[in-house]
Amino acid sequence: MTTLAPPQIRASEKQSNRRQQTLWTIGLCAFFLAAIILSTWVIGDAGLSPVLTQRNQPPSLAHAFGTDWLGRDMLTRSLHGMSLSLRVGLLAATVSALIATLLGLAAGTLGGWVDAVICWIIDVCFSLPHLVLLILVAFAVGGGTRGVIIAVALTHWPSLARVVRAEVLQVNSSDYVQLSHRLGRSPAWIARHHMVPHVIPQLLVGLILLFPHAILHEAALSFIGIGISPHLPAIGIILAESMRHLSTGYWWLGVMPGLLLLLSVKAFDWLGENLRALLDPRTSQG
Amino acid sequence: MQLKPILLFFGYKLVRLALLLIAVAVLTFGMMSLSPIDPVQAYVGADMLQISAAQRELIAQRWGLDQPMIVRFWDWFGQIIQGNWGTSMVFNQPVLQVIGQRFQVSLQLLAIAWLLSGLLGLVLGVLAGAFEGTWIDRGIRLYAYTLASSPTFWVALLLLILFSVSLRLTPICCAAPPGMLAQNVTFWQHLHHLLLPALALSIIGIASIALHTRQKLIDVLHSDYVLFARAQGESLWGILQHHGLRNILLPALTLQFASLSELFGGSVLVEQVFAYPGLGQATVQAALRSDVPLLVGIVFFSALFVYAGNTLADLSYQVIDPRIRIGGRRTT
Repeated sequence: MTTLAPPQIRASEKQSNRRQQTLWTIGLCAFFLAAIILSTWVIGDAGLSPVLTQRNQPPSLAHAFGTDWLGRDMLTRSLHGMSLSLRVGLLAATVSALIATLLGLAAGTLGGWVDAVICWIIDVCFSLPHLVLLILVAFAVGGGTRGVIIAVALTHWPSLARVVRAEVLQVNSSDYVQLSHRLGRSPAWIARHHMVPHVIPQLLVGLILLFPHAILHEAALSFIGIGISPHLPAIGIILAESMRHLSTGYWWLGVMPGLLLLLSVKAFDWLGENLRALLDPRTSQG
Repeated sequence: MQLKPILLFFGYKLVRLALLLIAVAVLTFGMMSLSPIDPVQAYVGADMLQISAAQRELIAQRWGLDQPMIVRFWDWFGQIIQGNWGTSMVFNQPVLQVIGQRFQVSLQLLAIAWLLSGLLGLVLGVLAGAFEGTWIDRGIRLYAYTLASSPTFWVALLLLILFSVSLRLTPICCAAPPGMLAQNVTFWQHLHHLLLPALALSIIGIASIALHTRQKLIDVLHSDYVLFARAQGESLWGILQHHGLRNILLPALTLQFASLSELFGGSVLVEQVFAYPGLGQATVQAALRSDVPLLVGIVFFSALFVYAGNTLADLSYQVIDPRIRIGGRRTT
């Protein structure tokens, strides 16, 4: 009897560790991202003013990301840029998730021609390269920061809407929803009381996994010059500027801000994956 | 005897294509016309101050910009059906000609990148799957996950910094040495300029194909028939050859054809970084300088490109997998 006890304890210990690990990862990622977003207000604009005596310095202890051709501290600029990009990405992705929820719920509950039209719109969106669609929408609404937000918000919903629709269709065929129909509840009531509670966990994870895409696409649009206006320190703008100083060998202008972007995107990925493991243990693997 | 189902298949595909293109046309033209950007101002740029209102009116009239949206759409749609996709304002050439020329330049880039990403992705995926759990697998997975979330243009930038600026192995821009006429460029010079952009572009596709191939191979290797083959003394290489590749190839091919959409998007960014004069760069110029006909033409063309990719994927199944032949008995 006593010989059986140790493995059981070990197993449960391991489980709680995994759960704690997941929680820790979520906490760390959220803290990292919040720190980047809030860093703008903490460090202020001090590093953004040109210091001509300290031009083009490689990364050192005083300037972790080096300085640019005007002597501005690249760490400050990158943090400002990342903060702006994250805020733009968050806003656009949230709007996109809202559109996805509304259309997914509508397609799933109303069915018929509404479903057909929404599926058709989704198909048309998927039939164009995403970046081309982004450029098209950003151009059509007049570019600028507003253009990027609208473009990213309008083009990221289809995949999430599909997930929501599939989930809704599955719930829709269940007995209690059928019963609710028979009892004379309206589709809107059913959507609010039966669908939304099922869809919310999916949506939360979907939303967080949407952020990296939104941020990368925002950066890409700003990089090619269709996005955020060039005088704001967005991360895409900083990388586009570094292109002009490439051949002179100032590698840190391009490498360091990009590294920060990569880290932020990875942080969102980890956050989403771990949150999914926590909320929906069935779909998480291993 | 098998002709009828094949004709039906192509007929169905063509009808779907026509519907899709009409939808894309209405969508893009509607958005373009609602745009607050004034094409005349965008074309003339800083010289706008030197142009009188009457001249401006004349330019707008010359381009038919004073007509209502519906008339402009029908004009444009009629032209498209006749094979004339309008005139690009930036290049001052018919849109179709611009797209044709630019796509020829881009096609080599796209083709090399597509093949490279497919082959490298498959090889990495097979390696990771065959040596599941070892450091090879972990290294490849880390590499693929990192690539999956790194911005394309930044990777291109890194390659440029490393190979062109630091090592001076590859040229820093363009499709040919500067100041050289197109007909004087040798094949090797051409390849030399193509190499780095193609590598940068191929990197996007590697991650997804490697990860999917790995997962599929692991599923296969854990199956009963592989266990049986192992029990009979079949080597790992033999198992891969006889059981692995057959099962991996189909999903890999699907992914690879579906990746054409991302490849096209990636080429916009990569061509921007390397100043490669292809269709991607033309897209950016069209958007930055408000060249509506060219941008709409490119949108149209990219839809056609993606659709062709998907159709090719559908066709390739039937060539590769005898279980899903056109007109064959459908078991599901």
